[in-house]
Amino acid sequence: MIIYGVAVLAGCLLAGMVVGDALGALLNVESNVGGVGFAMLLLIVLTDRMRRSGHFPQHSAEGVLFWSAMYIPIVVAMASTQNVVSAVKGGPVALLAGVGATVVCWALVPVLARIGGAEAPLPPVDEAEEV
Amino acid sequence: MELIANVLIKNGLLFAFLIVGAVMWLSYYASHHLTRGRLHGSAVAIIVGLLLAYIGGHFTGGSKGLSDVPLFAGLGVMGGAMLRDFAIVSTAYGVDLGEIRRSGLVGVLSLALGIFLSFIVGAAVALMFGYSDAVSMTTLGAGAATYIVGPVTGSALGASSEVIALSVAAGLIKSVLVMVGTPFIAPLIGLNNPKAAMAYGGLMGTTSGVAGGLAATDKRLVPYGAMTATFYTGLGCLLGPSLIYFLIRGVMGG
Repeated sequence: MIIYGVAVLAGCLLAGMVVGDALGALLNVESNVGGVGFAMLLLIVLTDRMRRSGHFPQHSAEGVLFWSAMYIPIVVAMASTQNVVSAVKGGPVALLAGVGATVVCWALVPVLARIGGAEAPLPPVDEAEEV
Repeated sequence: MELIANVLIKNGLLFAFLIVGAVMWLSYYASHHLTRGRLHGSAVAIIVGLLLAYIGGHFTGGSKGLSDVPLFAGLGVMGGAMLRDFAIVSTAYGVDLGEIRRSGLVGVLSLALGIFLSFIVGAAVALMFGYSDAVSMTTLGAGAATYIVGPVTGSALGASSEVIALSVAAGLIKSVLVMVGTPFIAPLIGLNNPKAAMAYGGLMGTTSGVAGGLAATDKRLVPYGAMTATFYTGLGCLLGPSLIYFLIRGVMGG
């Protein structure tokens, strides 16, 4: 059933959040530390195990894949709720700090990505397929 | 008219699905016909979303973009942290764990570099504009990390509300720039494989920026970038008011 996939996904995210919040409390920070990351790792490991033992059939997977397909629309909704006015009105200090930090870090992506050997690019996909 | 508006407000999330569906359709249409597919449809859609956020913020004076208009409040649910994280985690389905393990070191390094460099750049800009006390410099540097690290660090150090507001603005600029700029910068920096995406998430750190930027570039990169970015804000909040503040205070001599 599709709901099984959705339930596994929700369980992973909730478990990840609990771990992230606990880690934050442990480190004495007012923020979740890596909750989404832990949730992703859990989902990868758990679904891989379940698939191997035949407990995660295609119907269950569809419950996860639906949300994966909703990702871009959700990000578009997120974009429409950002505080863009404040960003635009921040003035030269904020502008320079924000742009400067972004550009410096952009420049370092190729340097870091080459550590331990460069990786081949992903094969191109058909846009129609992706959407 | 009022009856229709009432239905739309009461079923805000459904109306949001309808609006976003329309935005997506328009954006993909524009991408194909106006840019001949050179600018990806999802990139157009995210830019349209940001424009809508600006319009909404401009008219309501609120901080949540278009969702501050009661009619469009459903966008806040659809694009809120809960469903966003839910969708981000779902993109990890089917990812090869070996890939993440192989790029683990790069991910950790990118986090450390990304946090320190953002603080350094932000603090240097603060100094250029005459904010020469360690608290203000650290707070602005924290804002250059993300718009959450900024106010968390600022209030921990007792920075002025003006500096905290500036740090939030700096973080928002970074987030918007990463969302809009990633698809353009990606070919120049080799952002086309999982390892580069892991480095990208750690260097940029802004979850919304990375989530939006990678979506606009290649959705297959999302889980890798999100994986590292999710540690960034927490680590920034940890290091900012402590280690980095002490370093900046040491350099500035109190």
